[in-house]
Amino acid sequence: MPRPYGMNMTQEIATRDAYGNKLAQLGEKYSHIVVLDADLSGSTKTNIFAKKFPQRFFNMGVAEQGMMGTAAGLAACGKTVFVSTFAIFATGRAWEPIRQSIAYPNLNVKICASHAGLTVGEDGASHQAIEDVAVMRVIPQMKVFVPSDAVETEKILEAIVEDAGPCYVRLGRAKTPVLFDPSYSFKIGRGHVLKEGKDLCFFTHGFLTSHVLQAAEILAQKNISCTVASMASVKPIDADLIVAMAKKHRTLVSVEEHSIIGGLGSAVAEVLTDKCPHSLIRLGVNDEFGQSGSYQEVVRHYKLDAEGIANSVLGKKA
Amino acid sequence: MKKPSVAQLEEIARQLRIDILKMVHHAKCGHTGGPLSCIDLLTALYFYQMNIDPKNPLSPDRDRFVLSAGHTAPALYAILMRLGYIPKEEIFTLRKLGSVLQGHPKMHPEMGIEMSTGSLGQGMSISNGMALAARVDQKNYRVYSLESDGGSQEGMMWEGAMAAAFYKLDNRCALLDYNNVQIDGFVSDVMDVAPLDKKFESFGWNVIVIDGHKMAEIVCALDEAQKVKGKPTVIIGKTILGKGVSLFENKPKYHGVAPTDDELEVALKELNG
Repeated sequence: MPRPYGMNMTQEIATRDAYGNKLAQLGEKYSHIVVLDADLSGSTKTNIFAKKFPQRFFNMGVAEQGMMGTAAGLAACGKTVFVSTFAIFATGRAWEPIRQSIAYPNLNVKICASHAGLTVGEDGASHQAIEDVAVMRVIPQMKVFVPSDAVETEKILEAIVEDAGPCYVRLGRAKTPVLFDPSYSFKIGRGHVLKEGKDLCFFTHGFLTSHVLQAAEILAQKNISCTVASMASVKPIDADLIVAMAKKHRTLVSVEEHSIIGGLGSAVAEVLTDKCPHSLIRLGVNDEFGQSGSYQEVVRHYKLDAEGIANSVLGKKA
Repeated sequence: MKKPSVAQLEEIARQLRIDILKMVHHAKCGHTGGPLSCIDLLTALYFYQMNIDPKNPLSPDRDRFVLSAGHTAPALYAILMRLGYIPKEEIFTLRKLGSVLQGHPKMHPEMGIEMSTGSLGQGMSISNGMALAARVDQKNYRVYSLESDGGSQEGMMWEGAMAAAFYKLDNRCALLDYNNVQIDGFVSDVMDVAPLDKKFESFGWNVIVIDGHKMAEIVCALDEAQKVKGKPTVIIGKTILGKGVSLFENKPKYHGVAPTDDELEVALKELNG
């Protein structure tokens, strides 16, 4: 059950914090969990697990490719390996070892990368992964998840620890409102309608979900009734939900803190093309790099804050 | 079980060379030179050293082997067929659609293929992960890998070398097939990796340099590696590309091509003595 929108938007937790705490908790129940990090355990929050289970944590230094290979070897010996670093290094620097040594042999490696998207903020474009969902999604046997809040992060972790094979979980640095009720049930391959409307349907996930919910309010004032579907499971994606929304709504919009090429918008468009042709407005980063700034400023600059999203929709519809 | 003698190992290696040549010739493509240069190292490893049981391929206590130099797959396949992991009749399916004998190894532990490899430089870290798993599980198995000189040009190789020494993985032993040939020519001409022994030493490894075709030296090195505590061991085998068939020996051309009908005939004649 989703927490009714607006009920508890005051509590803010970064998904990386939810990850670190939940991982340490799962470590108690699952003795076969091993965690690797590449010198960023304080930022990715794997240091909580490391402190609790020092025998099952290995810091691999600033060596992301070696870390992925090491994860593959551990997984080949029966371990469930959680691997963390910043999203740009996990998916960019180490892409080929992930493909060859983790995905191809279908090993139980969970790549949980933080500091994804524009909301890294001040570090600038070199650290803002806006291609990670695209490059992970394209790898066979790789699942991809983008939680919207702390609760969903925890639910995803509970699901993937019981699911065989590799996956990528995209986590953020910035604090984000808690949207889901603790009773929320996450299922791999299922989307979730957070808010029901009748004119326009947003598909979103991650940090921007709360912004999209606010954009829906702005649009409501302009007599546009919006549905907001949270698509944490990008691969496999909930094709049934997308088709149902396409049949019900005149306008479809995807919103993501990622390039508009290859991410959620593309995944939704693929389903529409295959099953239910419908136009789609894709909002995200328009094939350009990010830049330094506070994460609020950066999000506003790229027109991905609530107002920017609402204006883009109104502009494109006109 | 009694370990085979040096003479017996040499005879096994001779027969494996014949299997390799027949396999690659039938596939009409693939690598000839590398499998022939590493087969003595791997014969000693599999038939003399490793604690494995083909009847119980998934035993959690088994020694592991990662073929980091994945292009030498025919050597591994020939060994696994002889040991009974892979049915012998698969020999002529190498590189064919649907075969377990993919052009480069695809992980299949039931058939003795412990890891998918083929992209150079990755096996070092993968082997480290296996060795760390042994530590976490407090098991005594050892993890071996076959590295190569060309593969040593990969940066990731050295990430792995650093980590193995840092974590004092004395259950790790890398064999390095140093035949000085890569696809574009001699390693020393394309991008020299020498001195590999000093590089590994400075990374904190125990280094043993041997003639990679002298069976007596190989088994001694494997025994020594097992005794070393607190650090990983690399056995650098100085080898000759295409070893055993004078037509192919030390000729870069034979790194990545299959023998023709005529070449196979000449090669088999030489190997059958």
